[in-house]
Amino acid sequence: MPVEPLKPADFASDQEVRWCPGCGDYAILAQVKKTLPALGIARENIVFVSGIGCSSRFPYYMNTYGFHSIHGRAMAVASGLKMARPELQVWVVTGDGDGLSIGGNHLLHAIRRNVDMTVLLFNNRIYGLTKGQYSPTSEVGKRTKTSPKGAIDFPLHPISVAIGAEASFVARTLDIDLKHMGYVLERAAAHKGTSFVEIYQNCNIFNDGAFSYATDKNTKEDTRLILEHGKPLIFGKDRNKGIRLNCTDPEIVDLGEGVSEDDLLFHDEKAAEPSLAYLLSRMHHPEFPEPFGVYRAVERPCYEYVLDEFCKSSDPPASAEDAEIDALLNSGDTWVVD
Amino acid sequence: MATSTATKNSAKPVKRQENDTVTVRFCGDSGDGMQLAGTQFTNSSSIFGNDVATLPDFPAEIRAPAGSLPGVSGFQINFSKFDIHTPGDRVDTLVAMNPAALKMNYKDVVDGGIILVNEDAFTKTNLQKAGMDVNPLDDGTLRDYRVHKLPMGKLTTEAASDFGLNTKGVNRCKNFFALGVVCWLYERPLKPIEEWIGKKMGKTPAVADANTAALRAGWNYCDTIELFPQAYRVAKAKIAPGKYRKITGNEATAMGLATGARRAGKKLFLGSYPITPASTILETLASMPQMGVKTFQAEDEIAAICSAIGAAFGGACAVTSTSGPGIALKGEAMGLAVMTELPLVIVNVQRGGPSTGLPTKTEQSDYLQAMWGRNGECPMPIIAASTPANCFDMAVEAMRIAVQYMTPVILLTDGYLANGSEPWRIPQSKDLPQFPVKHAVSNNGEAFMPYKRDERGSRPWAIPGEKGLEHRIGGLEKQSVTGNVNYDPDNHQAMVNERAAKVANVAESIPDLKVEGNPEADLLIVGWGSTYGAITTAVERANSGGKKVAHAHLRYLNPMPKNTGEVIKRFKKVIVPEMNMGQLIIKLRSDFLVDAKGLNKVQGKPFLVSEIEEAIESALK
Repeated sequence: MPVEPLKPADFASDQEVRWCPGCGDYAILAQVKKTLPALGIARENIVFVSGIGCSSRFPYYMNTYGFHSIHGRAMAVASGLKMARPELQVWVVTGDGDGLSIGGNHLLHAIRRNVDMTVLLFNNRIYGLTKGQYSPTSEVGKRTKTSPKGAIDFPLHPISVAIGAEASFVARTLDIDLKHMGYVLERAAAHKGTSFVEIYQNCNIFNDGAFSYATDKNTKEDTRLILEHGKPLIFGKDRNKGIRLNCTDPEIVDLGEGVSEDDLLFHDEKAAEPSLAYLLSRMHHPEFPEPFGVYRAVERPCYEYVLDEFCKSSDPPASAEDAEIDALLNSGDTWVVD
Repeated sequence: MATSTATKNSAKPVKRQENDTVTVRFCGDSGDGMQLAGTQFTNSSSIFGNDVATLPDFPAEIRAPAGSLPGVSGFQINFSKFDIHTPGDRVDTLVAMNPAALKMNYKDVVDGGIILVNEDAFTKTNLQKAGMDVNPLDDGTLRDYRVHKLPMGKLTTEAASDFGLNTKGVNRCKNFFALGVVCWLYERPLKPIEEWIGKKMGKTPAVADANTAALRAGWNYCDTIELFPQAYRVAKAKIAPGKYRKITGNEATAMGLATGARRAGKKLFLGSYPITPASTILETLASMPQMGVKTFQAEDEIAAICSAIGAAFGGACAVTSTSGPGIALKGEAMGLAVMTELPLVIVNVQRGGPSTGLPTKTEQSDYLQAMWGRNGECPMPIIAASTPANCFDMAVEAMRIAVQYMTPVILLTDGYLANGSEPWRIPQSKDLPQFPVKHAVSNNGEAFMPYKRDERGSRPWAIPGEKGLEHRIGGLEKQSVTGNVNYDPDNHQAMVNERAAKVANVAESIPDLKVEGNPEADLLIVGWGSTYGAITTAVERANSGGKKVAHAHLRYLNPMPKNTGEVIKRFKKVIVPEMNMGQLIIKLRSDFLVDAKGLNKVQGKPFLVSEIEEAIESALK
């Protein structure tokens, strides 16, 4: 049956959006609503699942089916939903605390199983809902209420974690670049398997400007590397800088002075081995420009579709007698007493 | 007692004494195959026509150091010409494969009982491993018993070495030699065992042939050398006609869950994580894809229940199965299921606690955790199975309550039920309850109210895919009717009341508490869960011995049957045996203001019948 064309506004629920004014979450909400109509999927077949945190309020604002679960467990709830209903389109909305701290285990395992869903990890490098404690992506030395002398623990890098967990699709985008986000979301939604998307998101209350280097129009061309499949890694305002491999380490080189584009690393999101994607995920500001776009997009069987194939069965009959039940109960060794 | 002389398998006529009920225990090293020998003895006895009840008792270590005391594994079976309810208190015949097994078990044998030992294993090294300086076979330790020393290793080697197995492989057949001996002693048919060997080991004929040879050698050895001056027979029990199978509690739970889902007109989803003694529920359900059962071995206990909650949101009959430590981890998610009012069955196969506790031993100490072990006012229905086969009925019942009342339901079983087995008269599907689910459907664009309740107090189960019913649920407090997030004080009070009232309403759909034994008695024994067998037997014996005792067994623990208070208050004295330090009794005393007395035991073992009998005796003094 053809699906009636939907507009972004059709995806808005009747609930008042309650994020802080100026929060990066608004931009992401707007862009997701803009992306969904193009997918041509009926609203009732879409489910947003979240955990706990500012980002996890997301499902309340979408006029689809939605599940605001408990802290860290969205991936597990969504996985179960997909296994029971493989035909649904499932989105998980999580944050750096929800997805990488309390829910780190579930994130790893859902990704390795390659359950076909899209995971949006809003990374603001802070705990917002609990009012400003450091998170697993906060930088060493970050001073917060729970780290008055500066955070001691070393941060996790979400993209590296996802690649380490055998992700079949990994991408990064940021809240204020709507066009880029739209492209990444479309790619993520189209991918069969767990699509992991890290979204740099500004928390203007507790960690304002965490990504200003990547958003400021004066610096962003030098601090961002836009990934394009099959293209050399070039960046900079004048597009005169590139990334070259020196032994196994990336290095920044200036194009022109004896260095041509052919000497640069070429991006290959379909590489069978994730080594290159991992190398890109280790490029951090300020030493390197940070890569945005699709790091990795490879095909791998999805858990719930394989499971579904294994478990084809007859539907339970409406009648009282059910041959499947009788066969089950009478299986194995039986004997008759007269 | 009568004796007879005919035995069809035997070369010579054998004098056989008729016994009503016999208890046999096989014990040895955990690598000796004692669980297998016990299971096969049980199958043979069931097929022969006895009533049987079993108790496997194995260590938490898969292979503790060979010959050591912690490595001892045992399997006890009680078989009878009468209806029996327990695996037996004391052992009539003990098979001990090594010194450690003998040391750990001989004291449970009745005076004058038979002890069969594998003499070959009583070496100096093995005696040392068992912490024994002198050989108990020689020093008079066993003077109260009829001890038979058999060189089982040597005899097995002679019987089973012609089939091409190496020495180790041949030696592994000695459990079947021992089984052959005990089968002869009690005139058990070998045919079902040989058929089983053929089926399970047929792919490697050398293994099948060697084990069959060992089994027969055990039997023939008894026959030839007239090992026992006396053999025994336990006549067939008078069992209701019908088709039977042997079933363990976990098998019954798994089958009940799969059946329950189909009776709801749905598919089953199980999210679980391996944990003793619940794992076999996951394993059994994993083998039922033809029933539409989807099983998911999650990364941890929390993911297991959360996946089930997600599946329930999607419209599956969802289950998670675990034991006490797993329940502790699932607590927050259980609250989510209460808050989102989704159907979910949570199976707790209780084991000894706290913490890791006694993984392979039984206990029923998680009742109060089930009642109150979550944050907030978080009630959910709790039901408990009383026998291995009853796990089937209670699993179906758990599913019924879950889907009819849109609530998580806790099904309590325990390690004793999980691994214990009994013959089960197989029900026919047409006689099983049916409770088809009706999902909410959209009503001409009318606004959907996800928390609008029906006469039971249940909210509608609207699932993704239904156009017009798009809605959001979650762990935050809901506004009554609309389901929107709401922090209003009066609304919270109302929702807490509504959730409690819904659980209380389950009482409208459950049977009254039945009084067994003598209803005119002054003394009532109130039990729940796996103590059913021991209590029933003790009460039967007391009543046939001229005492007056009644027994009421609770299968519905929250809410309890509507007549529970009326029943309990009717008796002058109430005793509550529990394999915990007194949990149900707290609820009974506080709800019904009765001066009930506890009989409590936490030793990782079920009650002996004699322990309950003694409590009856002293209460009636």
